[in-house]
Formats: sequence, C-alpha cells, structure tokens
Amino acid sequence: MRHVTSEMIETSVADLMERANYCLRDDVEQALAEAQTREESTAGQGLLNALRENSRIARTGDYPLCQDTGTAVVFVELGRDVKITGDLYGAINRGVARATRRGYLRASMVADPLRRENTKDNTPAIIHLDSVAGSAIRLYVMPKGAGSENMSRLWMLLPGEGVSGVKRVVLETLTIGGSSACPPLVVGIGLGGSFDSVPLLAKRALMRPLNSPNDAPHLATLESDLLDAINALGIGPGGLGGRVTALSVAIEAAPCHIASLPVAVNLGCHAMRGREAVL
Amino acid sequence: MSGYPVHLHLPADNHDMMGLRIGQVVRLSGTLLTARDAAHQRLVSSLEAGEAIPVCLDQAVLYYVGPAPARPGRPVGSAGPTTARRMDPYTPCLLAQGVKGMIGKGPRSEQVQRAMRDHGAVYFAAPGGAGALLAQCIVQAEVLAYPELGPEAIHRLEVREFPAVVAGDRFGGNLYDSGPKTYALG
Repeated sequence: MRHVTSEMIETSVADLMERANYCLRDDVEQALAEAQTREESTAGQGLLNALRENSRIARTGDYPLCQDTGTAVVFVELGRDVKITGDLYGAINRGVARATRRGYLRASMVADPLRRENTKDNTPAIIHLDSVAGSAIRLYVMPKGAGSENMSRLWMLLPGEGVSGVKRVVLETLTIGGSSACPPLVVGIGLGGSFDSVPLLAKRALMRPLNSPNDAPHLATLESDLLDAINALGIGPGGLGGRVTALSVAIEAAPCHIASLPVAVNLGCHAMRGREAVL
Repeated sequence: MSGYPVHLHLPADNHDMMGLRIGQVVRLSGTLLTARDAAHQRLVSSLEAGEAIPVCLDQAVLYYVGPAPARPGRPVGSAGPTTARRMDPYTPCLLAQGVKGMIGKGPRSEQVQRAMRDHGAVYFAAPGGAGALLAQCIVQAEVLAYPELGPEAIHRLEVREFPAVVAGDRFGGNLYDSGPKTYALG
C-alpha cells in the first residue's frame, strides 16, 4: 500500500488550477492556429488573431486567459493500492482556494443558488472520484467557465430517434447557444447512461485531446459528421459569422436502458482549459 | 465589412457613434462604465422605484465585465466581456436613461434591438475569452458604485485602443444574424 499525503494533493490541485488558467492546452492552441488557415471571414480572422495573442499574454503569467476563471471541476482516479492520509475532498478544496489567492483568479462560486453569497475562494470544487487499479493518483483539473456551460443541454430521446435524433439536438444546441458560448467551440457529447450520468460523459469528452476520434468507428463517423454539420452553420469565431464554429467534436458513450437514449451536449469555449498530473 | 478600425474617443460625438454600421471594426479610447447582472438589477429596481441612481448613464458606454482581481501595480485583472443576453431584460430601461453604447459578447433580444433603434444606441462585440489581451487596454480603474458587489460593482474604466466590432447598430443591423447567414452552407 502506497501512502500519499493530503498536502501533496492540495499542492498539485493548486498548481493545476493555476496553470490551467494561464496556459492554454497545447492541443487547443494548435487547433486555433489550424483554424486560422481556413477561416474566411474578416471578423473571424480578427477574433482568432486576438485569441492567439491572448494566449501569448496569459502564458507570461500577468493575467489569466479569461476573467471567468471557472468552476473547478476536478477528476480523481484513485489507485486501489493508495492510502491517502487526511481528507481528499478537503485537500482538493484547499488547493482550489490556494490557487485562487495565489493566481489572482476571480471568485466565481456562490454558496447557494438562490441566495447567491460568494464563497470568495472558488470552493467548493465539483469532484468526480473513480476507483482504478494501481498505486497512482491521477488528478485532472478543468476550470469551466459559465458562458459555455450555460449553453449546454440534456435530452432523453426516444431510442428510435437514433443518429438523426442526436444530430438534430446537437445542431439545435449550437444554433440556439453557440454564438454566446465563445466559439470556436470544443463540443463534448454524452450518449447513453442515465439522466444523472450522461452529462458527465459529455464533460469527460471535453478532456479528450482534440481531434482524437473515438475508438468505435460508428462514433468516430458521427463525430466527424457532426463537426462538418456544426461548421456548416456559419456561426464562426465569436459568433460573428465564419467557417470555424467548432474545433472538435468528441463523443463518449455508455450502455443504457432499452427504453432510453440520453444525450447531453457540454460546450467548451475556445479557451477549453484543463491540466493533469499523476502522483 | 471593413478591416480598418475606426478610432472612437469616449464619450463620443453622437454623430460618430450613430453613424456606425455592423461589421465595422473599432478601437475605443476613453471612459467606460462596467456593469453586469447584479448592477443592472439594482439600477433598474432603483429607477422603477423612482429613486436616484449612483451613476450618470447619459452618453455612457457600458462594458459587461466582471474582472479578475488585479495583481499589485495593475488596474485590473483579466477583463473580457460576459454574455450580453443576461442583461437584456434590463437594457431598454437603461437605454432610456441615455446609454449610447454597450460592449459584450453574444446576440441580443428583439426588445433590446428595438430599444437600440428607438433610443439610438450601438452594441459592440469584444473578443470573448480574450480577457488578458483586453486587460492590457485598460489603463485605469476605480469603483464608482455598489462596492459590496466585488467584481460586479460598477467601475469606471479608462481604456486605450480597446478592440471591438459593431455587432448591433441603430439601423436595425444585427451581425449575429447576418454574419452567420453569410457563411451558412446548404
């Protein structure tokens, strides 16, 4: 049994939260550069230029990429041969609070959805814990902004609606909310599972490296078809019209009930953030 | 659509502001007032109750932003636009008070577009998610009202060469509608 202290987890979460907010994911950076080669609209080119310059400035450590430094969504894969000394959840929250102070992150969490008093340190984090084989802990911190989160959707389709139903609701999500969600977008789609688990599949899809297709050929085809269909909407960078509305579409699927076809669409903005560490 | 920016000094001459058309790239210099959800709610509830409000909105340009905290020696932290749609229910009331411009991201409601035509106001889209870049255009910041709201307080910002695109004009133009239509396939 390997022992890991809660202090190690706190330090790692703080570093990941801070780094994710200042350094754009390399794959997102590359996708933005690639988008510039095919964007035809003047406004779209202007926005892509601004985003690449923004990334360069943020990387120097003066300002976070975006003022919405996000809800801290933290994924933990905990090896079964690891014993944590201390409180895992407390350590993660202390790490988020430390990053908020040290990194000059905006306090964007309220304690109660109706009373809305700010917790002032971005706690509590949203924590997803999985038990896995081995003696390591994998931490993934995704600071998730509200602009794209607010435009995300969930449906319980009829099983017979199948692929065409999925395409219809994904395109509807983009048509209604795409321009407000800071395009070009990273689109995460969850298929299957249940009402509670399908949005988590969509969120996990946002963690996949961009343009790495699903292993299942029928899902990879659907990803590629949806990417083309989304870009044909013409929403473009910033929603001002253009060729590049999405950088990538990723689908995560899970088994589901014979009577259900749950679908969730979680939109990620062009500053789709995330950093991971293995302890 | 013109790629050459129009330089506007705020508060702008009414003639310069009102002649702007969608797609026009601008660089804004001068004074902006920040306001987002909570400040809008307070301003409008005071106005509806017939009470005085703590800022003068006549000729003002509002920036929908809640900046990240400033590092020592800097006026603000990261400071990009937030989604304008959330301000829509309050906006016609503020345009009636003389607000001439708004800066945010994302499309506006029909009611807001109508109020922009009625009162003569312009909506600018700033590059959403470019908070670091935009913060560099902000040279001074001070809290004007509602300090208890923290990042949601009304701030007076002095900006230099702040980049934006005219997304809604007083002639009924809406770039969030016409822009995507230009590039939609099929």
